[in-house]
Amino acid sequence: MPLLSRLFQALMVALIVGIATFAMMRALPGDAAWRIAAGRYGYDNVNAAAADAVREELGLNGSALPALARWMGDLARLDFGVSLVSGSPVMEEIIHQLGASLQLAIAAVLLSIFIGPPIGILAGLRPGGITDRALLTVSTAFKATPQFLMALVLIVILAVELGWLPAAGYGEARHFLLPALALALGLAAVSARVARDATEQVARSSYWHFAEWKGLSRSQVLWRHGLRNVSVPLLTYLGLQFVTLVEGVVVVESIVGWPGIGHALVHAVFSRDVPMVQGTALVLGLGFVLVNTIIDLALRRIDPRGAA
Amino acid sequence: MILKSRFAAPGYVGAVLLAAVVGFALIAPSIVPGDPLSQSLVKSLAGPDAAGPFGYDHLGRSLYHRLAHALRLSPLIAVAAVLTAGAAGLALGAVAAARGGWIDRVLALVADSLLALPGLLMILIVLAIVPGTALGFWAGLSLVLWVEFFRLTRATARSVLASPAVQATRLLGFGPGYVFRHHLWPEIAPVMLTVGAFGMATAIMAIAALGFVNVGMRAPIPELGLMMVELLPYWREAPMALLTPVLAIFTLLLSLILIVGNRS
Repeated sequence: MPLLSRLFQALMVALIVGIATFAMMRALPGDAAWRIAAGRYGYDNVNAAAADAVREELGLNGSALPALARWMGDLARLDFGVSLVSGSPVMEEIIHQLGASLQLAIAAVLLSIFIGPPIGILAGLRPGGITDRALLTVSTAFKATPQFLMALVLIVILAVELGWLPAAGYGEARHFLLPALALALGLAAVSARVARDATEQVARSSYWHFAEWKGLSRSQVLWRHGLRNVSVPLLTYLGLQFVTLVEGVVVVESIVGWPGIGHALVHAVFSRDVPMVQGTALVLGLGFVLVNTIIDLALRRIDPRGAA
Repeated sequence: MILKSRFAAPGYVGAVLLAAVVGFALIAPSIVPGDPLSQSLVKSLAGPDAAGPFGYDHLGRSLYHRLAHALRLSPLIAVAAVLTAGAAGLALGAVAAARGGWIDRVLALVADSLLALPGLLMILIVLAIVPGTALGFWAGLSLVLWVEFFRLTRATARSVLASPAVQATRLLGFGPGYVFRHHLWPEIAPVMLTVGAFGMATAIMAIAALGFVNVGMRAPIPELGLMMVELLPYWREAPMALLTPVLAIFTLLLSLILIVGNRS
């Protein structure tokens, strides 16, 4: 049943993306047919006949509804069309960019898991202690820093002043660290707070006290009884953070020149490359549904009590 | 009691910070008159003087006046978007909870699907459709932000409408308007404030982020993200000039986050 509703959500995402980009197509300034023809055949080869052919093919003249239906039909056959800018199939470009973005996103999530939750668990074990208060201050400050500002600060400090890392670029391992860190610090600020609250709650529970009472050491209690329970809200939050991450990726990629899907999306919207926008939006939306489904399934394994 | 005072204090700090920022935006230009757009290349990256208390940018425009205008622009758009989104989310959420059935299911499905799309993407698409950047930001942000208000109202309204108090009110013959004002609104209002402050922060961040990557506000409009990207090349010559919009957006967002506090 949950899987079925997720599938339905995925269909709705496709529908909304289709309608939104269709509206964008119609709202484009200038004659859309001419622009698309120019994208297809090159700006020098556009003539009225080519534009009319495109107009006929895409139904730009007729009423909106049949045209929209055709768009959705193409989408259903996974025909994303051709990029108006580069001329290559949207599908090819997206697969290439998505790979670059996923590498960055995974690096950021891994980095944030190493930074955030350990500090949060440490703080949650001693609520009100120095670690806890320092975490509260730092995480509040990080939450008030937009991700592009974080990237800017890191570039100025790590790349320009210290010269440890390249400010921009893609391809080598050292290029990963700066953008991944910019994203990870924002993520870690939130996941540390979630881990802290969860740990505090678990440490107050009766099974925690019982485990301590029967003589287990502090680390044994944490490993055997704490982590599994802390990981439930943490994993839920990581799923939600994926949305934040994608938004951060859009901007951070543009700053460091990462050839990812976010960077491509900003450019596609900027140059009104509608098929690219449509394809990218669809992939991002479906990606979100997919990640949420995976998180749901994982949560069910960790904590089977919630399964209905 | 101790816990309560520990969490209430940041809220006051946040309110004071927010008042200071808004106060600066509103009053600053009348204390030192000036124009955020007028250039004087002689003063390029110059330090503060009487006409420009915060110094000048690379085109010799007064940072003091650009900042005051930037701090009016994005909060104004954010307030407008949050009000629109709040009203829409409240109305649709209440209708969904009160009517139930297919209306409820359709609205919930649309909201969930919008949630799946990255917010910045929606804003970018709306920006491309709606003419005018400020109008586009308002429309795009409203479209993104209403979902949170809707989900919250729907969840709260469901339990409130099912309560014995509401049933009694209905039996006494009071209409939906009365139920809304006396039962639903007092229950929802405090949480709406939290979601509203979060929405403001999201909106301000989005406007600045898109300005920073040059797809938001257009130069020469003074906007925080745009100011940062304009001043970035001169950060070594005039670090204070770059820090001005950076500190402004940090203070603005920090005040909102402190007001929201630990409730999440």
